[in-house]
Amino acid sequence: MSGMSDALPARLPATSPVARLRALMAGPLLFPTLVLLLIVAALAAMSVGAAGIPLNRIPAALGLAHPIDAAIAERDRLVLLSVRLPRIAVAIIIGALLAASGAIMQGLFRNPLADPALVGVSSGGALAAAAAIVIGDRLTAQAVPLPFAILPLAAFIGSLITTAILQRLASRGRATSIAIFLLAGLAIAALANAGIGLLVFVADDRQLRDITFWMLGSLGGATWEKAALIAPFLAALFAAIPFIGRGLDFLVLGETEAFHMGIAVERLKRIAIVLIAAMTGAAVAFAGVVGFVGIVVPHLLRLVIGPGHRRLLPASACFGAALLLAADTAARTIAAPAEVPIGVLTALFGAPFFLVLLLRQRGLAGL
Amino acid sequence: MNAIDVRALTVRVGSKRLLDDVSFSVAQGETIAVIGPNGAGKSTLLRALSGELAPSGGSIHLKGRAPQAWPPRELALRRAVLSQHVTVTFPFTVAEVVRMGAGERRGAAIDTMAEAALAAVDLDGFQERIINTLSGGEQQRVHFARVMLQLACGEEASGPGILLLDEPTASLDLRHQLDLVTVARQCAARGTTTIAIVHDLNLAALLAERVIVLSRGCVAADGPPVETINDETLARVFGVASAVGRVPEQAMPFVLPHRAERHGR
Repeated sequence: MSGMSDALPARLPATSPVARLRALMAGPLLFPTLVLLLIVAALAAMSVGAAGIPLNRIPAALGLAHPIDAAIAERDRLVLLSVRLPRIAVAIIIGALLAASGAIMQGLFRNPLADPALVGVSSGGALAAAAAIVIGDRLTAQAVPLPFAILPLAAFIGSLITTAILQRLASRGRATSIAIFLLAGLAIAALANAGIGLLVFVADDRQLRDITFWMLGSLGGATWEKAALIAPFLAALFAAIPFIGRGLDFLVLGETEAFHMGIAVERLKRIAIVLIAAMTGAAVAFAGVVGFVGIVVPHLLRLVIGPGHRRLLPASACFGAALLLAADTAARTIAAPAEVPIGVLTALFGAPFFLVLLLRQRGLAGL
Repeated sequence: MNAIDVRALTVRVGSKRLLDDVSFSVAQGETIAVIGPNGAGKSTLLRALSGELAPSGGSIHLKGRAPQAWPPRELALRRAVLSQHVTVTFPFTVAEVVRMGAGERRGAAIDTMAEAALAAVDLDGFQERIINTLSGGEQQRVHFARVMLQLACGEEASGPGILLLDEPTASLDLRHQLDLVTVARQCAARGTTTIAIVHDLNLAALLAERVIVLSRGCVAADGPPVETINDETLARVFGVASAVGRVPEQAMPFVLPHRAERHGR
């Protein structure tokens, strides 16, 4: 675009690092950079852990190079294929889902502070999952483990119901009120958490451990099966981007303006809501409640590439994947051999970030 | 075919009748100012015309079809709307916002049209500014440029369109108010049909060749400015005593209000 390269230096001083970064990232450099970040995070995640695998042993372990010591290569291979790689796959997919669902939610509700974990969509999913653990146990014989897919399904349904309730609460006629949406979300999160508290109260020891998993969030116990189960949600996201990306841009001007410019607003909102619920539900089902990735990632990216959703959504997915992968690697190493719950870690960094955003955007949208 | 046909239009919200049996037709290329006191139903009329509100009774036809009968995308090619307050929550640049007027279309031709639209509102050189760092009046002009681009794109696709303006000059200084009148007149010269809600009666007289006066949801007067903007209407509809003069050598009234008449209504 010629206009940009001509006009940028005229207004922003050429020395401004933000201006230079933006000009660079506005071009084709964005996705290679993000993919590079992701690869670095993945290599680190492969290498670091209880059984350290130096980077130079990874090719041999994966069968890409001739091993120097066949026994070590075989052991590395076992660790990588059965433990680290599935966990990396799950972290990448869940990070992508969390960040992208945050970006969609922010666009849909015209609010840079919206996040599925913050407004109770994740809690709704966790409540349904916890209910499945406790009630499911009572209904079936104690000894029989629950079918594998029940928890994810429950989390998905819980998230969908929560999102639907939120939308009804926040919608009045054609318009959706931002402030009411956020406050209703807080109330719903509180309600869902109270429900989880009740379930904790009646749960036995084993159920309690399972429920704690939902509340704190963890990527432990990742398997290839789990990765395969959530991968379709990521595919659905990328399939939907061409249909909702431009519409979400228009929605930033308001629902009325989007309609004036030819967007079928109600249809767009329905698609976005189902996507948010499906993506959040899937993430909750396999990693519990992991907050703030959905706020931090899109916000940082908007600073660099601007707010257009057709680039923001795939970029959020990439960056979210890299960030969650790095966070998970940190979570399982800083207190090794114990694991810090990843939801605790993201909240530790994300919540102060959110507060800073809140203070800076106070005047916005009647908040 | 008229650009706009409104027949016995009634809009009810709850038990309140916001518009009551409103009828008028607008020919292609006409420029109309809608005036009236607060709560007369001006904004409701504009929202009904834009397709945002469905009529409770009666009918609206834009280019031969009810707004709700047009698919949103087709409707957007035939009518563009400038709302009073548009807030952009995310840091889009001025150029990005203006280009939204072109919908899905993009490319060099659109860029040129967007530049022209920005130049027409005197915002040349603002392309890369973040829109919410501009003043209220400047933002309003950006949105006017966006609407102009939408109109121009619609004109290419399906002929001259309909332009709906909700108090377009509310936050503009005098010079840019007159600029807007000039741009609106140029659109009208190309065949665009314009309906504008205007609070400033002098501006209404300057902008429009026909004035519709709304009062309590009904049409109180409808005709050229010289016939509709006069002492009698102002007293009856606005409850204001005033002296309406004439600009010399032009059939254009001007208004000097001097006293509110408490019992005028």
